[in-house]
Amino acid sequence: MLSYAVRRIAMACLLTLFVSFIAYSLIFAAGDPAAALAGNASTAADADRLRQLYGFDRPIIVQYLHWLSGVLRGDLGTSLYFDQPVATLLLERFTTTARLGFFGLVLALVIAVPLGVVAGRWPNSMVDRLALLLAVVGQAMPSFWFALLLMILFSVKLSILPASGTASWQSFVMPTIVLGYFSMPAIMRLTRSGMISALESDYIRTARAMGLSEARVLFDYALRNAALPIISLSSAQFGFMLAGSVVVESVFAIHGAGSLAWESISRADLPTVQALVLCFSLFYVFFTMVADMLNAMLDPRMRSK
Amino acid sequence: MLLNVENLNIDIATPNGSLAAVQDVSFRVSKGETLCIVGESGCGKSITALSLLGLLPKVAKRTARQMTFDGLDMQSMSKAELRALRGDRLSMIFQEPMTALNPLHTVGRQLSDVYRAHRKASRREAKERAIYLLKQVGISNAAQRLNQYPHELSGGLRQRVVIAMALMCEPELIVADEPTTALDVTIQAELLRLLIDLQKSFGMGMILITHDLGLVSRIADRVIVMYAGQVVEAAPAAELFTKPSHPYTRALLGSVPDPSYPRMKPLPSIPGTVPSLVSRMEGCHFFDRCPLACDACRQPIQLATIDKDHEARCIRVGKGEIRRKVVA
Repeated sequence: MLSYAVRRIAMACLLTLFVSFIAYSLIFAAGDPAAALAGNASTAADADRLRQLYGFDRPIIVQYLHWLSGVLRGDLGTSLYFDQPVATLLLERFTTTARLGFFGLVLALVIAVPLGVVAGRWPNSMVDRLALLLAVVGQAMPSFWFALLLMILFSVKLSILPASGTASWQSFVMPTIVLGYFSMPAIMRLTRSGMISALESDYIRTARAMGLSEARVLFDYALRNAALPIISLSSAQFGFMLAGSVVVESVFAIHGAGSLAWESISRADLPTVQALVLCFSLFYVFFTMVADMLNAMLDPRMRSK
Repeated sequence: MLLNVENLNIDIATPNGSLAAVQDVSFRVSKGETLCIVGESGCGKSITALSLLGLLPKVAKRTARQMTFDGLDMQSMSKAELRALRGDRLSMIFQEPMTALNPLHTVGRQLSDVYRAHRKASRREAKERAIYLLKQVGISNAAQRLNQYPHELSGGLRQRVVIAMALMCEPELIVADEPTTALDVTIQAELLRLLIDLQKSFGMGMILITHDLGLVSRIADRVIVMYAGQVVEAAPAAELFTKPSHPYTRALLGSVPDPSYPRMKPLPSIPGTVPSLVSRMEGCHFFDRCPLACDACRQPIQLATIDKDHEARCIRVGKGEIRRKVVA
């Protein structure tokens, strides 16, 4: 297990480094950053001055290494628009987004896994059909529309939840529901199909032939096997949620990572964009790694590979 | 009498209608006795075995005139009562050792789970029991093996673990469904010897499903031959091999390769295949492949008694005709 973990971490580090370089270069591939910063009404001389000021005239690899050494020292630069250190900005925004993402994922899992287990144990039953309906609706309904429906019900008609902002815990209720419902269907369907195929397997037949209790067969033998892909999917979903949902954050006026990404891209706030891209890829790599390690803890075959 | 099954029928619902997979099969097993069920693939042997443990798939429906285990009516048992019986007094060994064990739990954990499902035992006691059983099935350094996962073991070792698992609670009856078919030939003989030794030392009744007639002749007390869902012949083993009565039994015995058989001659085989059971057959199921078939065979045919404990499902039984014609 330990050697597996070490190998996996080393690979994750290399991957992050590689992704960060690609991401850094891609921003320059999108056009001349100095011209974008200077704006439409500027002259070539204005752009030149900016180019020298921010070092855009140096080779990309030099700029990248300079930026990377800053990152390693915890210095992500200063936001060109907000005029404060990018690190401070990100910490504040990611705290909000992470809180939202965490509750969203927990909500999704709490509903999706039990529902998927029941649906997989009794396929085509009433519960299975209702779960399918819930999943199809969740997948088909646009998030912003669902968010608006919730607002009309809870904020306008019943007046029990604030419609926007992040002032109190109540403000997080509706965004959590929207985010959770968005990622619930995939997890539920995966749990269901995993349970069905596990329950059809020979080792479940053996377990039943040996008189193990239904609870042990269902949760310890079948669900454990079905859990492996659920863990992978949930981690990917959490990584996705940490990137912030631009839709959910703008509907509920939440200042999270998603809205920050949107603002900084539209304002050509390069240091912020670069830091965000780095963080997003870091999160993805990190949570994929966590999923792999959790899977390896559950599945001995993965450890020995 | 340990197990008594009378007129067992199993119907399987298919998109093309109901399929009579097992028809009026009856057999008994006494304490310490070995019953062999033989027949080609697809004749209903395995599903008969599964039905004994109440493990049939949902599409299959079981009915029987009588089905008792040690006097207990198995048909009126609740799920919980049946579960308490399975793995404790009545156990099963499966054909495919590569997939029969849970890949995510250690061998020790899986063995202990069986013991703790039926006995009030601490983890420690269950572990000791597991070590004892692993030693019984001939696994060396049993204590270390407990911590291994199925994928770290060879097929032969896995099947030994499966056998140990089935014997954890010292069952009175064990159902073994082709327990060595999936293994290397060299290991097959060894494992069967082990299984037979264990049966003797535990005093278990055993139902062995196999198509290895050589094996049957050595270990069976009683044999039933199945063909396309029906019992075509049932007899004490010694009698079946000396006086086979049904043309199918004779053909089956004729298909066993004999080492002294001339090299270049094609191996004897039964022409044709086991018929599909989707369309319910009226007359003899072996009709299409039987060298002796005649018009009278199109009628429904009952099992006829030849001798004490010896029955066959053929119109010629007792008329002395079969022997002459088949031999000629």
